[in-house]
Amino acid sequence: MSELLKVTHLYKEFGTNVVLKDLNLSVNKGEVVVIIGPSGCGKSTFLRCLNGLEEIQSGVITVDGLPVEAGKRDITKLRQKIGMVFQSYELFPHKTVLENCILAPIKVQKREKDDAVKEALELLDKVGLADKKDYYPRQLSGGQKQRVAIVRALLMHPEILLFDEVTAALDPEMVHEVLETMLALAKAGSTMIIVTHEMSFAEAVADRIIFLDKGEIVEETDNVFGFFEQPKTERAKKFLKTFSYEK
Amino acid sequence: MNTDILIEYLPLYKDALFLTLRIGWQGIFLAFVIGLIGSAILHFKIPVLKSIVGVHIELFRNTPLLVQLFFIYFALPKVGIQVTAETCGKLGLGLLGGAYMIETFRSGLEAIPTIQTESALSLGMNDFQTLWHVILPQAVSISVPGLLANVIFLLKETSVFSTISLMDLMFTAKDLIGMYAKTIECLFLLVVFYLIMLLPISIIGAIVERRMRYGQFGD
Repeated sequence: MSELLKVTHLYKEFGTNVVLKDLNLSVNKGEVVVIIGPSGCGKSTFLRCLNGLEEIQSGVITVDGLPVEAGKRDITKLRQKIGMVFQSYELFPHKTVLENCILAPIKVQKREKDDAVKEALELLDKVGLADKKDYYPRQLSGGQKQRVAIVRALLMHPEILLFDEVTAALDPEMVHEVLETMLALAKAGSTMIIVTHEMSFAEAVADRIIFLDKGEIVEETDNVFGFFEQPKTERAKKFLKTFSYEK
Repeated sequence: MNTDILIEYLPLYKDALFLTLRIGWQGIFLAFVIGLIGSAILHFKIPVLKSIVGVHIELFRNTPLLVQLFFIYFALPKVGIQVTAETCGKLGLGLLGGAYMIETFRSGLEAIPTIQTESALSLGMNDFQTLWHVILPQAVSISVPGLLANVIFLLKETSVFSTISLMDLMFTAKDLIGMYAKTIECLFLLVVFYLIMLLPISIIGAIVERRMRYGQFGD
């Protein structure tokens, strides 16, 4: 398998607050990496660093052979290789579902409108939202908005998809429909990095689990089932325990 | 009140209205352009230009249009720049209005959450595409009430054009009163003509406001 993303010695701080310390990560094509960890451990910040929404103080992020070092501002090329889906959907409220999907492909990649529309409709159909193409975001439920946001990211044909707690703001039933969509993507061979608090979903979708705490990788394993059964570190054990209840 | 006099003066007021509207709209258009560019400069925090915009805002918001017009009309020729009264009116209105428009657009831009920008950037859009396609349309829709207030305010400000001898509504009224002393009729027509000019803007504006807020984003 070829290496798609490589992060070396990533260091990030907000003022004097060190958020990520010397993080190293390598993700192969087609791999699904799930990052879990307690609030404030730096999971979301890590994702935001990967597509340049946060400046990093040192380290190198290489995507598909294209390295971006700390202090470099030109990251639009990098961003086109990385798609991101946010917790709060962030569809553009003044544009319809279809317009949301085709805006970037037309403006950024200069694709033909007909071609972008055709692909958008195919993808919307796959997530069961083709009939909503002319709706405005505020006419949709949270789960529907999130599926549109996924389609919008997919239309840019990114090499890697980042998911930042995409179900955290959703009702349980809607969580399911969004996670189903993501599972389908994973099966289709997409490379994904997922930050989530849905442990059963993490177990089902992940090829690799990364447990992050206080800005450091505490545990990293390909043995996903094993991790949830018997984590190696005390910190992970304690964290996983907060998800189960005993009477 | 003598209705014959009203009818007699009507054509003069009509001409003055057209002049006021012509200069007014061109000045306001200039104000819009200055407002868009200035607020974009503030939005991107472009060094140097940002300071110039700041000075422009404070300078033109805190001095009366009358003084600005005098300055443009009488002081500029001293440094070799000749301007006609009409250009002076448009320029003055545009610069004054620009200061207000910048602030109105800026407050609209600031009301859009940062994460909308991040969402657009993460799709590979550059800063300008993000502003133009994503942030600005939402900001303008929020700014409509403020922009509308600015337009009405600026059209009313045209009443000081009379001081640089532009034959606007105010000038015509003062002129007629000075010559024929039909004060009541002249002032009555003045009020009526200002209302003719501004009421439709208020009404159409209110409709636009509703459409922009509720229609555009889907109900």
